[in-house]
Amino acid sequence: MATSVRAANDGTSPPDPPAPPSPPPAAARRTGGWRSRLYRWDLKATPYAFVAPFFLCFAAFGLFPLIYTGWLSLHRVELGGEAQWRGFDNYTGLWDSDFFWNALANTFTIGVISTVPQLLMALGLAHLLNYRLRGRGFLRVAVLAPYATSIAAATLVFAQLFNSDYGLINTVLGLVGFDPVDWESSKWPAQIAISVIVIWRWTGYNALIYLAAMQAVPQELYEAASLDGASRWRQFVSVTIPSIRPTILFTVVVSTIGATQLFGEPMLYGGSLGVSGGSGNQFQTLSLLMYEKGWVTGALGQASAIAWVMLLILLLIGGVRLLVARLNRETT
Amino acid sequence: MRTLIRRFRRRALALAAVVALGAVPAAGCGPGGEDPAGRTVLTVGLFGSFGYQEAGLYDAYMRLHKDVVIRQTSIQRNENYYPQLLTHLVSDSGLADVQAVEAINIAEVTATQADRLEDLGRVPGVRREDFLPWKWRQATTRDGRTVGLGTDIGPQAVCYRKDLFARAGLPTDRDAVGRLWAGDWRKYLETGKRYRDRAPAGTSFVDSASGVLSAITGGSARRYYDEDGTVVYQSNPAVREAWDIAAAFATEGLTARLQQFTPSWDQAYANGTFATVSCPAWMLGYIEDKAGPAGADRWDVAAAPRPANWGGSFLVVPKSGRHRAEAARLAAWLTAPAQQATLFRRRGSFPSASAAHALPAVADARHPYFGDAPIGRIYTRAARGVPVAVLGPKDLVIAQNLADVGMLQVDQKGRRPEDAWDAAVRTIDNALDL
Repeated sequence: MATSVRAANDGTSPPDPPAPPSPPPAAARRTGGWRSRLYRWDLKATPYAFVAPFFLCFAAFGLFPLIYTGWLSLHRVELGGEAQWRGFDNYTGLWDSDFFWNALANTFTIGVISTVPQLLMALGLAHLLNYRLRGRGFLRVAVLAPYATSIAAATLVFAQLFNSDYGLINTVLGLVGFDPVDWESSKWPAQIAISVIVIWRWTGYNALIYLAAMQAVPQELYEAASLDGASRWRQFVSVTIPSIRPTILFTVVVSTIGATQLFGEPMLYGGSLGVSGGSGNQFQTLSLLMYEKGWVTGALGQASAIAWVMLLILLLIGGVRLLVARLNRETT
Repeated sequence: MRTLIRRFRRRALALAAVVALGAVPAAGCGPGGEDPAGRTVLTVGLFGSFGYQEAGLYDAYMRLHKDVVIRQTSIQRNENYYPQLLTHLVSDSGLADVQAVEAINIAEVTATQADRLEDLGRVPGVRREDFLPWKWRQATTRDGRTVGLGTDIGPQAVCYRKDLFARAGLPTDRDAVGRLWAGDWRKYLETGKRYRDRAPAGTSFVDSASGVLSAITGGSARRYYDEDGTVVYQSNPAVREAWDIAAAFATEGLTARLQQFTPSWDQAYANGTFATVSCPAWMLGYIEDKAGPAGADRWDVAAAPRPANWGGSFLVVPKSGRHRAEAARLAAWLTAPAQQATLFRRRGSFPSASAAHALPAVADARHPYFGDAPIGRIYTRAARGVPVAVLGPKDLVIAQNLADVGMLQVDQKGRRPEDAWDAAVRTIDNALDL
């Protein structure tokens, strides 16, 4: 909208009108000066006015909480009480806490179990969707459908499917002759079940991103490859993958960030035990531990420290990504 | 000139949009307090369902006080409600005129938030002797200010399936059933073993070991804290005894290995997979709801082995409210014996006002779904026997971890009771270290 307004302005009142052939009346000159000042002001201030709402919101809901959380993390703050200075004790406390390391390990394992198959499947899906298929448009929309479902709805449905006593999955396993699996109270089954929810939800999204990147790969490369006698698989490995490498790196980073912040799925999957990640903390992620510390036990200082540790972990991941990207650029 | 005006209009629109965007958050929390007709608007903030609206109590109050309008907000679960309440109390904003507090949180609220709450003990019409003494004391500070008025309490009984008892060769009459385990939870355990030996296929004696644990601890005066506010649950013999008995239910295979208030638990009511459950008065409606018409004429209520209490709530009035006097009057009216009796008749919330226990609506109450059991008599007797519990600020965290981290692992994962106890203690230590 800003540009269209600007275009209209440019057409009707140029900033510095050329000197009129005859000297204008004094009044007109005054309005002209006022007008041009207004126009200059408009030129300078309007862009700021348009971006201001975002930055105001960012300051209120992004920057301030970040700084305040940092301040809280250096204090002992009980929910409903006053803050007492504590220095870095909250951080050293985390270092010594089994619960923190357990949550970190869970975040990592669930992240790996969910991200690796997810991206591989997305890559395969994108490759298939890239062929000329009947109903291609429909299929492309269909793979994105899970992404449009709310986390809560999807998780509740999956929790029913994975229910150890009455769930569909155990029923089917029973028909095939397997013993029922304890999808919630055993560690690995629970983590796999949660990963399935994540995979279901995000595979289509990543597939579409890959697809967009694949469509930008020049057709000549494939033609040249097939002239050289490369098979479909060989083309995929030697042409497609290298061409979309930056996109793959991007999805890896985004998925890793998502995995680090994983919260809704385990929380809702565990029902009333969701916040502690099951009776033995078997699927408690870092976000859940932070939430439990802050809102269940009321230790806001420790919760803030966890938040900052998570931020540092994400910065670390971002740094590694930058490094990898730079190395990539140097080698190519 | 015309283009200039048009430009101005456009700019004005853009500016208005910007201003409007910026103003939305501010307008969201604009001042309330009165409706267009000039009546005082009182807000009531609750968790779950208290039934005030459903039982018509608000309408009755508004008929009595034509100048008052009552609006209610409710958050389903106390886990979400309570942290928000604390945050609002500390920041002195976003509070309703009357707020509810769960019994397990009342010690913390009384100890740490009393300065921000009205003294309801001095409100005209509130009579200390109307309430159960232990309930009154739980919301009274050391310097004698009563910051919360009791709504309901949760005296316990045992709900049991008559048909399953008959098939297992146990008595079905509620007095005879009560006599099976009267006075001792170990007798309840023994009855469980008798049931197990002749149990109908696919059924267990009790729903969960955690439920038994909560029921037993609810009957001891000293639980997790001593009178000085020191955490003593680890060395408290009453807690250890409750733990051992509840764990025996799991290790003897008497439970359906469920977790209470989960979908599986609900489904188990519908499928009839367990024969008994410790049921406070407020749980009767829940059972009726989940067991449905298929369970009609099958459930009954017998006295628990020992009197115990589970749950119940309080109403408090924050000092930051705009209409504190009116809010206090409303809280006093809602918790007065007559209204508590109405609420029991309509919703099954058992009165914390002992003056209501003698009212016919309570004393003669029977429950048609539970074989016309005289629930008024059963629960009144249980309520009278409940000891004055010593509460502490982190009761919730301790109780929850003992049940959900400790006992649930014994029950569902077959973990050794000793190991599960250690795991629960580790979690509690971690949670209590703020």
